[in-house]
This record gives sequence, structure tokens and C-alpha cells, in this order.
Amino acid sequence: MSQLSRRGVAWVGTVALALAATACAGDRPGAGTDGAITIYGQEPQNPLVPANTPEVGGGKLVNVLWTGLVDYQGVGGAPRNVLAESIESADAQKYTVRIRPGTTFHDGSPVTAASFVDAWNWGAHAPNGAANSSFYADIAGFADVHPTDPDGAGPQKAPAPRASAMSGLRVVDDTTFEATLAAPSAIWPVKLGHLAFMPLPRAFFGGRPDDFGRNPVGNGPVRFVSWAPDVAVKLTRFDGYRLVDRSKVKDVTVRLYQQDSAGYADLLSGNLDFMEQVPVANLAGRKWETDLADRRITFDLPATHMITFPLYDRRFASADLRRAVSLSIDRQLLIDRVFFGHRRPADSFSNPTARGYVAGECRDCRYDPAAAKAALARAGGFTGELPLFYNADSGHKDWMEAVAAQLQQTLGIRARAEAVPTFAALRKLVTDRKMTGGHRSGWRADYPDVELWLGPNYTTSGAGNDSGYSNPRVDALYREGVRSRDIDAAHARFAEAGRLLSDDQPTVPVFYAMQQSGYSPRIARAGLTPVGELDLATVELR
Amino acid sequence: MGRYVLRRLLQLIPVFVGTTFLIYWLVWAVPGDPFAGKCGERRCPDAYIDKMTELYSLDQPLPVQYFKYMSNLLQGDFGTTFGGQDVGALIAAAYPNTAKLAVVALLVEALIGLTAGVLSGLRRNGFLDNLVLVSTLFLLALPTFVTGFLLQWFLGVKLGVIRPTVSAEANFSELIVPGFVLGSISLAYVARLARTSIAENRRSDYVRTAIAKGLPMRRVVGIHLLRNSLIPVVTYLGTDLGALMGGAIVTEGIFQINGIGRTAYRAIVTKEGGTVVSVVVILVLVYLFMNLLIDLLYAALDPRIRYE
Repeated sequence: MSQLSRRGVAWVGTVALALAATACAGDRPGAGTDGAITIYGQEPQNPLVPANTPEVGGGKLVNVLWTGLVDYQGVGGAPRNVLAESIESADAQKYTVRIRPGTTFHDGSPVTAASFVDAWNWGAHAPNGAANSSFYADIAGFADVHPTDPDGAGPQKAPAPRASAMSGLRVVDDTTFEATLAAPSAIWPVKLGHLAFMPLPRAFFGGRPDDFGRNPVGNGPVRFVSWAPDVAVKLTRFDGYRLVDRSKVKDVTVRLYQQDSAGYADLLSGNLDFMEQVPVANLAGRKWETDLADRRITFDLPATHMITFPLYDRRFASADLRRAVSLSIDRQLLIDRVFFGHRRPADSFSNPTARGYVAGECRDCRYDPAAAKAALARAGGFTGELPLFYNADSGHKDWMEAVAAQLQQTLGIRARAEAVPTFAALRKLVTDRKMTGGHRSGWRADYPDVELWLGPNYTTSGAGNDSGYSNPRVDALYREGVRSRDIDAAHARFAEAGRLLSDDQPTVPVFYAMQQSGYSPRIARAGLTPVGELDLATVELR
Repeated sequence: MGRYVLRRLLQLIPVFVGTTFLIYWLVWAVPGDPFAGKCGERRCPDAYIDKMTELYSLDQPLPVQYFKYMSNLLQGDFGTTFGGQDVGALIAAAYPNTAKLAVVALLVEALIGLTAGVLSGLRRNGFLDNLVLVSTLFLLALPTFVTGFLLQWFLGVKLGVIRPTVSAEANFSELIVPGFVLGSISLAYVARLARTSIAENRRSDYVRTAIAKGLPMRRVVGIHLLRNSLIPVVTYLGTDLGALMGGAIVTEGIFQINGIGRTAYRAIVTKEGGTVVSVVVILVLVYLFMNLLIDLLYAALDPRIRYE
């Protein structure tokens, strides 16, 4: 394995696969199967209880501390059974889940069917206030344990739940349980790799969830050792682990950084072994390529960034106006100038990593100044200023300013990028429906299916529908798709809905996110999970 | 003296209550909802928001929240973060690191700054004086984050003589470079203050008398000149120590030091009023006591100052 050939391959692009291929020559059984690594992390915002972990800092830890029924390492992101032996259904409504016998939690207690059923019931039960509770909404009886709040987050309280367990879940025996959905869905099994669907040990139910979350007991390839807030979380290999994604490394320290520049300095000086995303500043002038040589991974993330307009504001109600905006953005130029080529131009309302993605779905996600001007004329022009809001606490300034400049140039309207101090402040404006211009939004998939893009973002009551877009035909197609008994039929419905979206252009997709990861010379090879985290099962040390 | 100290201590109470309420109100007034961005772009479930709102009394009026907070605080309970961590424990873990960093920075300031200032003040317009003036001007012109990143990059990554970031233990040896970065701007001020003060007092009557008495130069400078010239410098160093103890958000961020500045910054960003106020309570106390200490130190330095 010469230095030259490895570098040559790395240049090609998706390195996760390339590395596996080139490293074959040096593949010695048992090589680098022990040892310790330090990887980049961020302070989890909540105690580590899977159903209550909605963010990436904690999510990364939950993902290695727990193993779910499926993961997304199958072909094209398809679910692959891990803890599940089989997930079967004759009617796509009543699912029978068989789990592999003989696996245990880190405390030695067995993983049984009840570990899943009890965990899901806890997550769904409204008084527990779990942040991921909406993921259980498909299961029959969810409304009884989690009644709808009449005024959302407002002062009125939701009625007390009528039950504490969902009627749709039933333990058959130690290794089998049945999940009956409120309506048929071929998509549902795809969701089961999400961390809301992890099992919990008996020990969880006796005590306070926060205490458990400070000292979590999972069933994953590594177990929890210690957590010093703002400093590090220490993990070690769970030696009783027998499933496919066994960790090859013994000890894993997740160092909790607040600034990625500090992490990058540590990476370059050999004090950190892996960093998912090198600081964007180092992408400029291909600096990171010089810094890290062949110890780089470029990876397509399941995330799309877009400009969203408040359709409840009359000025943005015209689809032609939004189409004009979309046609005015030279996405490739923007990517080359701002991201040094490290993004991909968006051409759909979902993401290429999702099953059911249709290339070119967004017909007007292309640069055509003449068509843009024509669309603006059809919309009756645009008077006044067009602010484009972004949150200043993350690196969105440059690309939003580039978009504003392109709009000015192509359409001759007074577009400008305007900063909102924090992500929370931006989201507050969005959820209060007080947005007075376009704003950036990004959607990151929790599981790889187009359903997760269409449903939350573009159906009337979707949890991520920022624009207030509502098209009864899209809603109907989504509902039909979700309730299909066959996944291909579902995707056909979603594709049809996608065509309607392109007619209405509710949002303006701009680019698909990519990740640039780096690792230290101590690591011989490394692969990433579908969400771009380090896959401990692939790590080999020198 | 005793009465003076007592009076000063009593003054601390209204200052303490006032500052904490002000901070509580300010954090509360920062736009944004603490739970608006908690679940990413997805709206958090209402049940989650309801639970958190109730748990942290966020639906109560501000004075009620403040009162609840203060009564807990007086019982030694700093409250918990939204993530359920005990704020008291967080502060206890972070504060020693900040204090160590502040002490290192202060030592750097005092040793380098005072030496440079005294030497250049004694030989005005000489080569050393000009060197000090130019180099301090250079330091003043560089913002902390530039010095920080430069030294981190150069010493940590290029030369590899230090670790670019500080470990969890934050040993004194690891804190020398961050301490220098943190103290660099104050160092320049100290040098310039000391220089001016020494240069002025050199021409004062008591120095002339001392020289005329035939005292050796070392005694004139060491006892008479230096002690009197130190008052402005000590004032500056004192307030600066107060500020340094308040944590250095920038320096702690660059060098990954688990200090109080980082804790406060994160709490402000996530709108955790309780955490911010808890940190500030400690800082206000430190600042007030530092000021008292400095005022008392004056009497020791200058025999003409007496406290009644």
C-alpha cells in the first residue's frame, strides 16, 4: 500500500469506501484491535436517555451506547437488522418483531421484548415530556398516552392522558413483541433505527431518568465509564457484545469542545484522533488537504439547506416569486466560491441519501436569469427590501450574503442578508410565525427515507413546516404514501407529491451538505456511519 | 479600620442584590425562547416544553422567578441547568481552573510588566525605554484572540512545544501560554503605568531629599520611589485580577480550558438564566472583595492614607 496510490484514491472523493478498498493490502487479522482513541464531541444538552436526546452532541453518544433493532448500513441506506432477527408484517399494520436472543445490557440484564415496549411507552407518555416523543405517533394508542395540547406550547395544558401504555404494543414472549399501528405503513420499520426506538434496561424504570442519563446503561458496542461536564465522556468496549457492529477499539474518549478550532489544533498535533467536521475556515485554499494529507474523509451528509419563505406573509404568497428566487441562484458558483466546492447543488425537496429520492425533482432549482426575470414579472414584481435571515452563531453568513447578492444581480431587487443572533432566536421568529422575509433552514434526516423530508417539511401540520405551506393534494398523497402497504408504492406517491411541490416551490433548496472529516496518523482506517459519525466497527489503529 | 471594613461589607449587600437582579432580568430579556432551537429545525413536542417550563418556573412572572432563585441560593442551592446538571458542581469544577489561569496571568503581568516599567521609567528615553514603548504598543494593538490563535498555532501545532489545548487537570505548566495570552494586554498597561509613575515620582521632593541625605540609590528606588509609585499599578492589577477571575471567554475558548468564562458563555447562549446568575453571583462577590482588598492595600503602601 504505497503512499502515492492511497493519496490518489483519496482524491477521487468518497473515501469511506476507498479507504476500505485500499487498506486491504495491509489488512492483518487482529491488527489494531485494542488501544484507545480520542474523538471530537460536544457537551450533550440533556442526560443521555435516548427518547430525550434530540441533538447531535448527545445523539453521537447515544448512537454508540445503544444498539437498535436496525441500522442504516444496508444497500442504499436500507435498514439492516442488527438486534432484530426479523420484522414481519402481512398487512403493514401489525408488525411482529423478533429480537436476537441472548444479548444483554451493559449491567448484565437481558435485552427482552419488554425492554423495547416499556422504553417506547415511557417515551410516548406525555408527562415524561420526552423530546423525541413524536416518533411514536404511528403506534396505535399514542393519542391516549399523549393527548394533543389544544394551544400548542401556550398556557393551556393538554388534557391528562387516559392511559400510560400504548394499546398497540404487546409483548408476546421474551424475544417477540407485536406493534400495531394506527394505520398501515410500509415506512414504519425504516424508522426503527432512530434513537427514539432504543431499548431501556429494567434499572431505568426504578429511578429518576436524569440520574440514569448521567450514568447511562445501554446495550451498544461500548459502555459508559464517566462524564466530566464540558471536559470529556469516557467509553470503553462492551466485551459482552456479539452483534455485527462490534467496536475494534478498546477505549474511546469523547473530548467535549466548545470551539472547533481548538479541536483542529489538537487533531494536527496528534492529541485528537478523529474530528467529523474540520473547521470551515480550513477548507479555504484547500488548507485542510495540505494539513491532513490522506487522512481525510469527504462524506455526503443526509442534510439539505434551503431558503424558506413565510407564505403567511402576502408578499411571499406568489409561487412565481419563489420560483424567481430559485432560478436566480447560481448554486454551483455559490458552492465554489463560498464552500470551495465542498457542497452539492440541490435539485430536489429531499436529499440524495434518502430512499425514494428523485433526481431533478425541483425543476426550477437551476440557474436561468431570463426565466427568473420572467417569473418575477408574472409575480408582479417585488417592491421594498427582501431580507434573508440567518442565525449568526453558526457559519451561514457567507452563503446567505452570496444568495442575496445573486438575487440583487439577477432580479434587481433589494435583497440583503440579515443576521439573527442565535439559532434559538431565529427559530422563535419562525415558530411564532413572525418571519418578515426569507430565512435559512436546514433539515437533517433522522432516518433515510423521503417520507422524512416530505412529511415534516411540506404537509400542513408537519413539525418542520416553517413556511406554513399547505396543499391538500400534497397532504393527501403523503397520507396515501405513508399508509401504503408496499414501500415502492409509497415512494411513487411521494414522487407525485414532489412534482406538486415543484409547481408550488414552497421552499428554495440551495445545497446538499457534505462533511469533511479528518483523523490522526494513529488511525490506519476509519469509516463513517450514514449520519457521518465515526463507525467504531471500522476503526483500525496502526 | 475595623469600622471601615464593616461599612464596606454592608455596602456589598445592596450591590449584590442589585447586580444579581439586573443580570437575571437581562438574561430574561434576551430575545429567543430557550426551547425554540432545542430540537433542531423540528418543533419540540408540546409535552416537552410544558414539562421544562414547569420544572424551571418559566411561566411565572420575573420577580417570582428571581425570588425563588434567590431563596434557593441562600440555602446553597445553585439550581440545575436545562440538561439537569447541578450548577454548583459545574462551578466548583470550573472555577479553580479560572482562578489558576488568572493567577498565572497576573504573575505574567506583574513580573514582566513591572520590571519593564521600572527599568524604562528610571532610564527615560534610553534604548530600553524605547524598546518597551514599541513592544507594548505592539501588544496593545493585538487583540487577545489573535495572540491566542497565533501562539496556539505556532507553539502547539508547528513547533509542538506545547499541547495546543489544556487538559482537564489544567496544570500550571499548561497554563503558562494561555496565561501570557490573557495577560498580554494588561501587561502592556502595567508597564506603561509603572513607567510614567516612576518617571514622575523621580522628580518629587521626597526622592530629592532621600538622595540628598546620601542614601544609596538601591534604597532610594527600592523603598522610597517604588512603594509610592506602585499605587496606580496596584489599583490596576487589583481590578484586573477581578476581571481575570471573571473568566476569559476568548482565551478559555481557544485553549479549551474548562473555566467559568466558558460556562457563562454557554449558559447565555442557551438562555439558562439560573446558570448565568449563579456564575455572576460568584463573580460579583470576587470583584467586590478584590476591590476592598486593594483599598486596604493602599494604606500599607502609602503611609499618608488612613481609614477611619
